[in-house]
Amino acid sequence: MEVVQSNRKSSSSKVIVSTLPLYRSAPPLEVRLEDFELFAMDRLRVLKGISDGLGRGKKPEEMEKLIANLWKENMRHPQANEEANKDVISHFVLRLVYCRTEELRKWFLSMEITLFRYRFRLESSEAQRALMSEFKLPYKAVSNAEFECVKDKLGQVARSMGQTLAAADAIFYKVPFEEVPELVAGRRVFIHKGYAYVAMNQVVSLVVTQFRSYLSKALILTNRKWTSTVREQEMDRLTPIVEALCTSYLGPDYSQANKVGEISLKDIDQIAKISFPLCMRHLFEKVREDHHLKHGGRMQLGLFLKVVLYLHDMICLQHLVCVFECIVETRNQLMIGEEGVGLKLDDALTFWKAEFAPKVSGLLQCAREIAVAPPSELPATPAIAPNSARDGRNSARDGHNHDFNVLFLAAHAVEYWIINTKLSLLIGECREDYTPYSCQKIISSTPGVGDHHGCPYRHFSEENLRAALLRMGVSSRAVEDVMDKVRNRHYQLACTLTFEAVHGSSCDAGINHPNQYFIDSQRIVQSKVDDVNSFRIFGSTVWV
Amino acid sequence: MTREEAENGIDDMVIDGAQQANAVPDRFDANYLRIYYGKLFPHADMFKWLSYGHDGKHPACDKSYFGRREFSFTLENDIYIRFQSFNSAIELENSIKEKCPFKIDIGPVYSVDPAKRHAYAQSGDNVFTPVERELVFDIDITDYDDVRYCCTGADVCLQCWPLMTIAIKVIDTALRDDFGFNHILWVYSGRRGVHCWVCDGKARRLTNEQRAAIADYFRVYKGNENSHKKISLPGPVLHPFLARSYTEVLKGFFEAKMLPNQNLLSSEERYEKILEMIPDASVASELRGRWQENKRASMSKDDINLVRWDQLKSVLQSGKQKTQGIRRCVEEIVFSFTYPRLDMEVSKHMNHLLKAPFCVHPKTGRVCVPIDPNNCDEFDPTIVPTLSQLLEELNREGLRQDADNEGDRTSLGESVKFFRTTFLQPLLKSCKEGIESSYNAKLQQSKNALSW
Repeated sequence: MEVVQSNRKSSSSKVIVSTLPLYRSAPPLEVRLEDFELFAMDRLRVLKGISDGLGRGKKPEEMEKLIANLWKENMRHPQANEEANKDVISHFVLRLVYCRTEELRKWFLSMEITLFRYRFRLESSEAQRALMSEFKLPYKAVSNAEFECVKDKLGQVARSMGQTLAAADAIFYKVPFEEVPELVAGRRVFIHKGYAYVAMNQVVSLVVTQFRSYLSKALILTNRKWTSTVREQEMDRLTPIVEALCTSYLGPDYSQANKVGEISLKDIDQIAKISFPLCMRHLFEKVREDHHLKHGGRMQLGLFLKVVLYLHDMICLQHLVCVFECIVETRNQLMIGEEGVGLKLDDALTFWKAEFAPKVSGLLQCAREIAVAPPSELPATPAIAPNSARDGRNSARDGHNHDFNVLFLAAHAVEYWIINTKLSLLIGECREDYTPYSCQKIISSTPGVGDHHGCPYRHFSEENLRAALLRMGVSSRAVEDVMDKVRNRHYQLACTLTFEAVHGSSCDAGINHPNQYFIDSQRIVQSKVDDVNSFRIFGSTVWV
Repeated sequence: MTREEAENGIDDMVIDGAQQANAVPDRFDANYLRIYYGKLFPHADMFKWLSYGHDGKHPACDKSYFGRREFSFTLENDIYIRFQSFNSAIELENSIKEKCPFKIDIGPVYSVDPAKRHAYAQSGDNVFTPVERELVFDIDITDYDDVRYCCTGADVCLQCWPLMTIAIKVIDTALRDDFGFNHILWVYSGRRGVHCWVCDGKARRLTNEQRAAIADYFRVYKGNENSHKKISLPGPVLHPFLARSYTEVLKGFFEAKMLPNQNLLSSEERYEKILEMIPDASVASELRGRWQENKRASMSKDDINLVRWDQLKSVLQSGKQKTQGIRRCVEEIVFSFTYPRLDMEVSKHMNHLLKAPFCVHPKTGRVCVPIDPNNCDEFDPTIVPTLSQLLEELNREGLRQDADNEGDRTSLGESVKFFRTTFLQPLLKSCKEGIESSYNAKLQQSKNALSW
């Protein structure tokens, strides 16, 4: 196994050891099954922590501290080689976990690169240079004489980026400009006669580029290998653990405060196509096209979206709950027969079902009500008491407590998701009427020239309405039924018929509110997904 | 190309026996082109250029090189044929003379002969791909329509043409000093812009990503109809490239020429455009107030722009202004009016086709002649030789049967000579040296391998 160790500096008071591996090859060590999962979970905590930090827009200095802490808390070991082992093993286990889909690969790559970048920065410059040669980057340091000549220009470039030129130990590398296209494109380097003068901290990006390119290829290879051979081989042992690990609470993270208008529109593209009513679909398409909406449209769409996002978190939670049931069930399957273990897991499951699941279902009930309630009526405190999950852990037996680790993590994740999304809703401008508009309100509004709000069933021309309905996937026969309702001015009935046509199921309650359309749509969609999900849903669903 | 050529008498339709015989109506058609391609177009020079030394005379020459270059022809009636390739100078010349293309485009050098591309595409390994292509730039004066008031659209005059001149200066300097390129050809596009061909080996072998990086290095203008200020220069100081461009070219041109010639501050409509670019509304209204008052003051027209510019500068750059953004505003205004506006897409892709030098522009009849970057101030697009003018000159010299030097007798001769001496010869010298040295290196390598 390759672990990079820099030269020990005997002259300085502390021994400098670089433990930044490049993960070039899988370790030929034997790993205990428990360690397999334990190490991976620890590293996952670090990566998840990084993901959160980035999501909250932490500045580089804050990230540096965060990552240092995360590493210390989760990955440190008194013996350096044990720590190195854990580092490498956990990375390779997670590679197995995260190689399976494009989205997972992207996430894992992104977090590992960030982790690598910050760890690299913390290394001494000798260690950094050693790593550079590991990557076979043939860059020459600028001589003192040359440095004096170009010092002014280098200073100018630094200041143009709002930085200063660290004088004393300023190391620059002279690199053909073709090798640093990113730096050239951003005018972040001084270029002269075809050579770019790259500062030490920019060298990081060169190394990181190499790291990224290597890891990205490795992930794809791993995926191929996994799907072709390993998965089958390990059906009894590793596969269930790996598959469970990767679906745990690590979907897209909406937990950061999303103010109206700052929503990442691409993230909800998919959902919009399936579950938005026509009025919101139209507004959404327009805002994607024009990057602009007038006031009426902004209000109508924005309020709708705010609740959608909140609800989407709830839906993720729902999925999360189901998934955790599966994790525990899977472990149950694996370990049944071993002395004493079966009991503990039963306890865990019972505890969880008793404490955890109803709270989530209660939350979903809240969500339906929130959709139509004014902000003043929103519940002030989160429904989950933060400590209940941790109490469970305290009562665990000695030894194998990683089941509870998993649960604890889950509860922790759920808890702060809830807090953040609710808070963001509440914080978001406590002005007058911030209730999402009901159908009645939307129908009665009067869009003008350049407006796109209002009820399309009322305001679109027959031709446009037909076209829009066909685009939604409504069959031509159903379109006729809808048009019939429209001519008789039954706009909500028209929308209900559209809903039924798109989802292939009846909607007895009728549509009264765009957010209701959305919830009902997602219920149907989620239930369909759950059907084909390879994870069995243990016990009854907690769907409201 | 220079003013002297203009004296050779162009479109005087004097009703005089001898001159009427020579007078050529101003037209653009296949017949004219046939004569042009027959007697004036520098076929041999084009071949020499695009072979980059692989003309078969050296054992290390790549004989397939020229044949893997794509050309495309636009024929009469807008018929467009791509993936034309030729194995020799004669083939190229004959094809052009026979087809009389209204426009010739030059594409990249591919991995295989473009004519055989279908055979290779089927192997599924995507082996038909560009391997070399000059680094090219295209600057078109219509991209500056929002800052020139003298002309719009396809028109160009001597008031606005200097915008192209300074673009050449800024880009050319950067290509040589910053990127280290040496073999650079600037060509008049025939109507309203310029093209740049960077022909160094290093440039030809750049990937798309590297080309995009260079294009982005040059990019400063980032706006659309919705933004008032399309240039943003953040940071306490400018990058050395931008600083040099400003002090050596842009500032001087803006203050001495553009301000007065385009009357950028003389009327309310015009100065509003500049005031819009100032992020601080109170500063803008202070200036607005002053200028509205001065509307009726008696000042000679030439002064008003310069006077107001000085006022603007002193307000924006005064010690009172705390925010960096305000002080930087002066540079941003100058940049937004004068900084080169490149067509990014042209430069970013290896497979982009670009019009060949020495083509004739169908709408103007003007020849796409090279421009000397060291003398670009002297270039006057309004007196570039036209097709009919050249044919007229040929008629006049018709008595001299010296087939070889016909080109020299016309106004085009000077351009071709310039192309040969300042661009082609140094380029070929460098190419041959390169071929020679890599050949010797290989020889040495194989010798070393053999020796025990």
